[in-house]
Amino acid sequence: MAAGAELFSYLLRLGDDALILGQRLSELVGRAPEIEEEMALINISLDLIGQARLLLSYAGEVEGAGRDEDDLAYLRDVLDFRNHLLVELPNGDFAHTICRLFLVSAFKEQQYEALARSRDERLAAIAAKALKEVRYHVRHSGAWMVRLGDGTEESHARAQRALDALWMYTGELFTPDALDRAMAEAGVGPDVAALKPGWDERVNAVLREATLRRPEDGWMQSGGKDGRMHTEHLGHILAEMQFLRRAYPDATAW
Amino acid sequence: MYSQGLDIGADAGRAAASAEELAREEAFQRKIDQEIKIEPQDWMPEAYRRTLIRQISQHAHSEVVGMLPEGNWVTRAPSLRRKAILLAKIQDEAGHGLYLYAACETLGVDRAELIDQLLSGKAKYSSIFNYPTLTWADIGMIGWLVDGAAIMNQVALQRCSYGPYARAMVRICKEESFHQRQGYEIVMTLARGTREQRRMVQDALNRWWWPALMMFGPPDRDSVHTAQSMKWKIKRFTNDDLRQKFVDVTVPQAHYLGLEIPDPELRWNPERGHYDFGEVPWDEFWRVIRGDGPCNRQRLEQRRRAFAEGAWVREAALAHAAKRRARRAA
Amino acid sequence: MKDWPVWEVFIRPRNGLDHRHVGSLHAPDGEMALELARDLYCRRGEGQSIWVVPAAAIVASAPEDRDSFFEPLEKEYRHAQHYRIPPEVKGM
Repeated sequence: MAAGAELFSYLLRLGDDALILGQRLSELVGRAPEIEEEMALINISLDLIGQARLLLSYAGEVEGAGRDEDDLAYLRDVLDFRNHLLVELPNGDFAHTICRLFLVSAFKEQQYEALARSRDERLAAIAAKALKEVRYHVRHSGAWMVRLGDGTEESHARAQRALDALWMYTGELFTPDALDRAMAEAGVGPDVAALKPGWDERVNAVLREATLRRPEDGWMQSGGKDGRMHTEHLGHILAEMQFLRRAYPDATAW
Repeated sequence: MYSQGLDIGADAGRAAASAEELAREEAFQRKIDQEIKIEPQDWMPEAYRRTLIRQISQHAHSEVVGMLPEGNWVTRAPSLRRKAILLAKIQDEAGHGLYLYAACETLGVDRAELIDQLLSGKAKYSSIFNYPTLTWADIGMIGWLVDGAAIMNQVALQRCSYGPYARAMVRICKEESFHQRQGYEIVMTLARGTREQRRMVQDALNRWWWPALMMFGPPDRDSVHTAQSMKWKIKRFTNDDLRQKFVDVTVPQAHYLGLEIPDPELRWNPERGHYDFGEVPWDEFWRVIRGDGPCNRQRLEQRRRAFAEGAWVREAALAHAAKRRARRAA
Repeated sequence: MKDWPVWEVFIRPRNGLDHRHVGSLHAPDGEMALELARDLYCRRGEGQSIWVVPAAAIVASAPEDRDSFFEPLEKEYRHAQHYRIPPEVKGM
């Protein structure tokens, strides 16, 4: 079984990805292009918050310092968050929102599929449940990629712009670091580099149908999952999300 | 109650009808009296159809606008559980709006037209959503008081004479049950919390109490067309009846938590077996209905902007569907 | 501004039951109609199979024809109560 501290950090990565993306999508209430789509996005946000709760609760238990899901979500600052950079970027226009959701979900599909076979039974169970939800997220966002890419000239241009802008954040997903390697060795998590071919296949198929051009791989941004350097966006997300807890530190129940 | 400003007077008044029309109206009224549901495509008086379109669409608009005050706090919900619950509630409300627009369309009106009426300010929605959510406690009030009031009206509408509306209401009522409970849970947690939390929740009650009572619409004495709506079983209880029922049920819920209702004239009347309460500030009610509430413009502006910014998306979806059809035909 | 077309939704809640009409929705294509039907009508796990049909494809009987369409079908000898069987005769 993986050492407590390492497993804790690993669970934070997974939990923070779900939490921050869930938070980003929840910003879309009242802002979606159609009520139907608003429902679908809120549904996805709800799935992600649910995943975050399971993962962060587990993380807190593993840490063994008495922190629960809310302590972790509401009382850590930027330096201690471990989500990938891709999930903290702003929603932007609908093309941006969908493109980011698609790229992340396609990654999560690979990641959770692998994690469902984890030697850590609890993590495997969480992953199996999340996988069902994520498959829907991929389907939903993938279908929109095709509608936008192969829709009107304007939608195509916006979709391509979004794809080009987000591409440099995808490299971080597949670049293993020391923690990834330790987890792979312990049989808890996958080799993230090995997740890339499956992701490529899914992404390429959708981009092809969407008549979108796959961007060239250039320099890839990183610093999220190891906490080395988040973007300026994360601070604003946390300021909004954590406000009440920070403003009323004596309150023990909400 | 989501249909406060309803006025069917203009339609109901008409010159003497032909003998055939009279016979049809009598047959129609007989169906209603026998609790036989009216379904789409069935013959119905034009005034009945128009009243229903206005009532159902107002209800739908209310659900859709009602998502906004809660959306204002979902990113700041103070725990992950509260965030998840609020997301689920907002999602339900979007769903309710969609069921109701669908029910309304069975009466022969296009949803696009209804949305246009909402965004252009021509259509009404429940006045309650023109008040701002200033603190987290407001979210509790919305669940407890606003949904509480809505539920009171909606239970009765499950037996409304128009089939699609009644069926939509059955579905909505089933889903609505947790909405009020989660609101009361928030209020209860705050009322039993720190001094600052107690202050927050009492302040919220002070601001939401009277607007909640206004949700039931103008007093019966000012609601001349209630009679026709009741005859057609579109409305099953009068505004004052429901308002009294709401007060009777809600006051003990507030007192249980040590909260004070901001009404110096509130007192239990043992002869009537009901609470006596003060006069609702009706000038504020009419002002808000007419568009000068604290948030009327903002709420509409938000929906307008989303709609305008979404035009290219909706077009893309249609364009893509057309391309696919063309390819299949080729 | 053109709206997305209307689809009618039919859900089979559990195996062994028929698909039932539950309502309608707007969607640009069948894929989104299916996803939306799931979001709208199956949030509490009430769905096992979903059919979405473009409203324009539905052929419906008209209420004016109700009498000529449905009443002739009423033949009382199709109902069990029409027949009088002596009470001593069991098993029927």
